[in-house]
Amino acid sequence: MGGSWVWQDWVIPGLALLLALLMGLSLSIGSMPIDWQELGVTLRTGESSVSATVVFDLRLPRALSALVVGASLSLAGVLMQVLLRNPLADPYVLGTSGGAAAFALLVIFLGLPYQGIPLAAGIGSVLSMGLLFLLARGEGDWSSARLLLTGIVLASGWGALISFILSITQGAEIHSMLFWLMGDFRAVSPGLTRWILLALALALGLFVARDLNLLAGGELRAQSLGVHTRVLRLGILFGASLLTAAAVTLSGSIGFVGLVVPHMMRRLVGADHRRLVPASALAGSCLLVLAEMIARTVLAPQQLPVGVITAFVGVPLFLYLLGRGHRAGSP
Amino acid sequence: MSLLSATGIEAGVGSVTACRGLDLTLKPGEVWSVLGQNGVGKTTLLLTLAGLRPLRAGQIELDGASLERLSRKKRARKMGILFQHSETLFSTRVADAVMTGRHPWVSGWRGTSRDDEKMVQEQLDRVGLEGFDQRMVTTLSGGERRRMEIAALGAQQTKVVLLDEPVNHLDLHYQVHLMRIMLEEWQRRGCAVMMVMHDINLALRFSNRLLLLFGDGETCQGDVASVATESNLTRLFGHPLQRIAAGKETLFWPL
Repeated sequence: MGGSWVWQDWVIPGLALLLALLMGLSLSIGSMPIDWQELGVTLRTGESSVSATVVFDLRLPRALSALVVGASLSLAGVLMQVLLRNPLADPYVLGTSGGAAAFALLVIFLGLPYQGIPLAAGIGSVLSMGLLFLLARGEGDWSSARLLLTGIVLASGWGALISFILSITQGAEIHSMLFWLMGDFRAVSPGLTRWILLALALALGLFVARDLNLLAGGELRAQSLGVHTRVLRLGILFGASLLTAAAVTLSGSIGFVGLVVPHMMRRLVGADHRRLVPASALAGSCLLVLAEMIARTVLAPQQLPVGVITAFVGVPLFLYLLGRGHRAGSP
Repeated sequence: MSLLSATGIEAGVGSVTACRGLDLTLKPGEVWSVLGQNGVGKTTLLLTLAGLRPLRAGQIELDGASLERLSRKKRARKMGILFQHSETLFSTRVADAVMTGRHPWVSGWRGTSRDDEKMVQEQLDRVGLEGFDQRMVTTLSGGERRRMEIAALGAQQTKVVLLDEPVNHLDLHYQVHLMRIMLEEWQRRGCAVMMVMHDINLALRFSNRLLLLFGDGETCQGDVASVATESNLTRLFGHPLQRIAAGKETLFWPL
């Protein structure tokens, strides 16, 4: 809020720097180490060589995917937490990712054209979030337990549907099952649509950041201060759902990013969405680029699904927050 | 000149009807108290006047313009409301919480200005919270929190002020002190104030107009002297009340 330059103002540039560093690290580390000098030459010239193949065909697409998915899921988490009035809201925990994954798989299962996958995933996540919103709302009062129970039941329902589709599909490999249930990266680039969606969500998120702050302080009060709450909530619902769908179709259901990252960022920069939105997007990218790097190096040559790594961080944090009574999002 | 006027309005929620065919005019300098038993629809009426609940019948005009047709932002610049309860999903600093009152005056990308910050500081000083601006909201006591909310409402700088039980649950000395500092500025600025009150004597002491809600849509209104009679209030609360003259003040004592 204006005035003097406080240390919180350094968080966002700091995270941007960290992200650049992690990206560089991610390109250089792996079963075939590429030192920074060689990496620099490869990136500058783009000449075909073994290291160019490794960097451009394998590591860069995965790292960029991790970046986009991390930012998308974190933003989805930030938005869902305001919409559902609960700091424990997360697209994975509450079944939004599951809805997107189930619908995407349905397209594959029914033999529909592959181009329909993103649309189906979008519909699946909007449907899942809409259901959650309607079912958990009840009499208009938000009960945290009811919201979480509804979301978790939805999530396990989608999970069961995914398992069902995979188990009756001929030749379904166990690895692709893990991909949709736990989340992992393939050597696929994020694609233009996802970049645009992310940029749009980030810009709009910043534009309505003050409205988000007000909505977090109660719907009626936000209305009395001039916020068009119905439009805002609908926008949040669609924004968060589409971000989730974009992430899920790229990487499967990677969990807990939308929970862990906004929570950490609220501790660092506070609950003001003007800072929280960009900080969460950057930190989400950092977290997933790091997780992706760990997943393919820690037990090399074995590769772990990235969702396993994020769950190792997310599950204890979720339980801790649940136990603490999650009344206010920061200390 | 009326700041807020209602013509033939019916307000209610579910099976409760707070008022039926009510005409109401709030003028500058007027302080209204709304009295009635629990569950009679006082809050519903207030929220309806604020445009936050659908009107069942009638019309409301805010500063000469139809409330329905005013944009949300314009509405919020003219009319502010203090809610009975407040919610905090994420704790913020007190200064940021008070700054939310400036929201209707700040647009789009433009951030808050030095003037907005000055206003926040003034309002914090006014309610006796100087030096609290960097504190987290969740660390405040009930009374401090209420004062912070009143500061935020003050920062909104509206001409119409609606208050839902502004000093309920507060210590006795806080009640009187807060009523004084709130009304002082709003009356000086020529605001029209309407507040839902629980304590009848506090209401009589600080308001000049009364609106009684008897339940089932029946109402009675007017200046304090003519409306605050033993028979009216006895009927209102369903309990005999006796009028006691105490110096310049008039008190009502439940028998």
